[in-house]
Amino acid sequence: MSTLQHDPDDRVQVLDEDGEVVGDVPDLSEDDLVGMYRHMRLARHFDQRAVSLQRQGRMGTYPPLSGQEGAQIGSVYALEEDDWMFPSYREHGGALVRGVGLKQTLLYWMGHEEGNKIPAEANVFPVAVPIATQIPHATGAAWASRLQGEAKAFICYFGDGATSEGDFHEGLNFAGVFDAPAVFFCNNNQWAISVPRERQTASETIAQKAGAYGIEGVQVDGMDPLAVYKVTKQAVEKAKNPGEDELRPTLIEAVQYRFGAHTTADDPTVYRDDDEVERWKAKDPIPRLEAYLRGEGILDDERVDEITEEVEGAVADAIKEAEAVTRPEPEEIFAHVFADMPEHVREQRDAFEALREKYGDEAFLRE
Amino acid sequence: MATQQETETQNLTLVQAVRDGLYTEMQRDDDVLVMGEDVGKNGGVFRATEGLYDEFGGDRVVDTPLAESGIVGTAIGMAAYGLKPVPEIQFQGFIYPAFDQIVSHAARLRTRSRGRYTCPMVIRAPYGGGIRAPEHHSESKEAFFAHEAGLKVVIPSTPYDTKGLLISAIRDPDPVMFFEPKLIYRAFRGEVPEDDYTVPIGEAAVRREGTDISVFTYGAMTRPTMDAAEHLAEDGVDVEVVDLRTVSPLDRDTIVESFKKTGRAAVVHEAPKSGGLAGEITAIIQEEALLYQEAPVERITGFDTPFPLYALEDYYLPSAARVEAGIRDAMEF
Ligand SMILES: Cc1ncc(C[n+]2csc(CCOP(=O)(O)OP(=O)(O)O)c2C)c(N)n1
Ligand SMILES: [Mg+2]
Repeated sequence: MSTLQHDPDDRVQVLDEDGEVVGDVPDLSEDDLVGMYRHMRLARHFDQRAVSLQRQGRMGTYPPLSGQEGAQIGSVYALEEDDWMFPSYREHGGALVRGVGLKQTLLYWMGHEEGNKIPAEANVFPVAVPIATQIPHATGAAWASRLQGEAKAFICYFGDGATSEGDFHEGLNFAGVFDAPAVFFCNNNQWAISVPRERQTASETIAQKAGAYGIEGVQVDGMDPLAVYKVTKQAVEKAKNPGEDELRPTLIEAVQYRFGAHTTADDPTVYRDDDEVERWKAKDPIPRLEAYLRGEGILDDERVDEITEEVEGAVADAIKEAEAVTRPEPEEIFAHVFADMPEHVREQRDAFEALREKYGDEAFLRE
Repeated sequence: MATQQETETQNLTLVQAVRDGLYTEMQRDDDVLVMGEDVGKNGGVFRATEGLYDEFGGDRVVDTPLAESGIVGTAIGMAAYGLKPVPEIQFQGFIYPAFDQIVSHAARLRTRSRGRYTCPMVIRAPYGGGIRAPEHHSESKEAFFAHEAGLKVVIPSTPYDTKGLLISAIRDPDPVMFFEPKLIYRAFRGEVPEDDYTVPIGEAAVRREGTDISVFTYGAMTRPTMDAAEHLAEDGVDVEVVDLRTVSPLDRDTIVESFKKTGRAAVVHEAPKSGGLAGEITAIIQEEALLYQEAPVERITGFDTPFPLYALEDYYLPSAARVEAGIRDAMEF
C-alpha cells in the first residue's frame, strides 16, 4: 500500500528523534543524502546570519526558517528537474535547492526589486506574501501543464494559518475537480504568528481536509527529512502518473515547528513558553539526519567539518555580494508595470528625475 | 500597557490613542468587541490592542482564524445581530479577501434591506509606506473604499483625532473604514483626554492658516506637508494646510471655503495619482469655485506604479521636497 493511503491522523516517520530508523528508508544515493544534509546546514546557517543582519540594521524584516529545514529540503529533493515550486515567503532553503540563490533571497529582504526576479532557469514562482494566494496559482499552472500534455508536478507551500483562507479551499477544490498534478505542502509549524494551530481549524488534522476534496491527504513528521522525502516523492509520482481511479493531487501536512520568531518584527515570548520551544527543539531535523548518516558511516567528523566550512563560506560570500549591490535607481519603480510604459507613467518618471536633478538625492531620502 | 496617568489627559502616541479609543468604548459599551489576526494575546502586531485581551477576555478580544473574508463576513452578521464589532485587518494590503464582503454587503446591507438591517462596524487597518516593510505592507488604497457608496472612510493624523474619530466611528450607525497611518504610529505624542470624547466624522481641520495656497492632505502626509509649509513661509509663501481627516464623505465646505480664500491648491497623498482622492478634490473645486481659480490644482502623490520594495520607497513617497516643489509650481503659474 502506498504511504499516501495512510490514515491522515497517522504520522509518517522514518527517523525518530534520535535518528534511529523506525520506518522504511527511502531509496536515496549517498550523494543525495549528504546533499540534503549540506543544504539543511546551509539553510540553517543562512537563517542565523540573516536574523543577525536584520538586527544590525543591514536588512529589513525577515522571516526565519530554523526548525523547518527538514520539510523544505526533504520535499524539494523529491522533485525532478522540470517540476515547479510555488513558495510562500519562508522557503528560502527549498528555493535555494531549486535555483534561487542566497544572494537573490537576501536582496529581496533587503528591499531590492531585483531580489524578486527569479533566474530564468529556475522553475520557481515569486515569493507570495498575501497568505494562501499562491495555492490557486499552483493549481492553475499544474492544470495548464496537464492540458498541454506534460508530465510535471507542481509543489505549493503554505502554512497552517493559510488553510483558513478561502484561497486554500478554492485551490484544492479546483485541483480535485480538474485533476491538476499538484502537491499541496502545508508547513504546519503550529503557529500563525501568535495564533495556535487549534485556532485555525476544529478538525483533528489538516491532512484530513483532503478528503473533502476527494484527494489524498497524508500527515508526515515534518522534522524528519527522510519521511518528508518519501511522502513527497510518492505524491510527485502520483501527480505525473496516477493509478487507475486515482486523482493526481495530494495534500501533505508536514508537522513541524518554527524555532524562532515569526519574523524579526515578532516577539514570540508574548504568546508561547520556552518549554514548548525546547520540546520541539529536541526534534531538530539536522542532528537527526546527522546521527543517521554517521551511524551509516556516510558522515564523520572530518566530513562534517568540511561541510561547516563550506556552508559558512557560501553564506559569507552571498552576504558580501548582496551588500555590494548599491541602491537601485528610481527608474526601477517605473519599469515592468506593463510591457510598454504608458505615457503618463513615463511623464511621472521624467518629472521625478527632473526634480532629483534639481534638488539632489538627499532631498528625497530620509535617514 | 499604554501609560495611563491619573491626570485628565495623557500623552499618547497615535497607536496608543487607537488602543485608548478601543478601551474607552469597550468600557462604556459591552456590545463592542475587537476581532482579527493576533489581536488577542499578542495585542496586535503593532500593539494597537495591547492589554485588551487581559482586560476584556477572549470573547470580546478575539483571535480569529487567518481569513479576512471570514473576519469581515462574520462581523457583518454580528453587527446585524446587535453587537458592535471592530475587526482589525492586519495591514491594508491584506484586506482584499474581504473586499467582496465590504463592498457587496457591509456597504449596502442598509440599502438592500430598505433599512431593516444595518451593520454598524469599524474596520481598522494600518496603511501606508515608509517603515521599510516587506512587499504588500505599504499600500495606500483608501480610494477603493472612498469609491464605494455606503462606506465612510476616516484617516486620522494626530493622537487626539485618532481617539475621538475612532469613538465616533464605533458609535456611527453605519460601517466605517478606519485607516491608520502606521508611519506615524509612534512618531510623536500628543495630549489625549482620558475620558470619552468624539471628533466628528466628515469634518476637516485647518492645521495651518495661510492666504496664498490651500494644501489638502491627510494621514501620514500631513507631516511632510506641514514641513514644506514652514519652509515656504521663510520665502514668504503663506500656505494653508487642511487635514481632511475623513476622505469619504469629504468636507466640501472647508475645501471650498479655503480655496475661495487662496485661489490656488495642491493635494498631497501617498496613494497613486490616477483615480486617487486628489482628482475628487480637484473636481469639487471645479464645481464649486471655478471662478476663484488662479492655477491648475497640483497633485503631489504616489506614482501610478505598484508600491516598490523598500529600498526605493523614499522616492515613491511624497517628501517635503516634492511637496514644496509642487506648491512652488502652483504658485508660479
Ligand atoms: C492575506 C494575508 N493576511 C494576513 C497577512 C499577515 N500575515 C503574514 S504571515 C501571517 C501568519 C501566517 O501563518 P501560517 O500560514 O501558519 O504561515 P507561517 O508564517 O507560520 O509559515 C499573517 C497573519 C498576510 N501576509 N496575508
Ligand atoms: Mg504557521
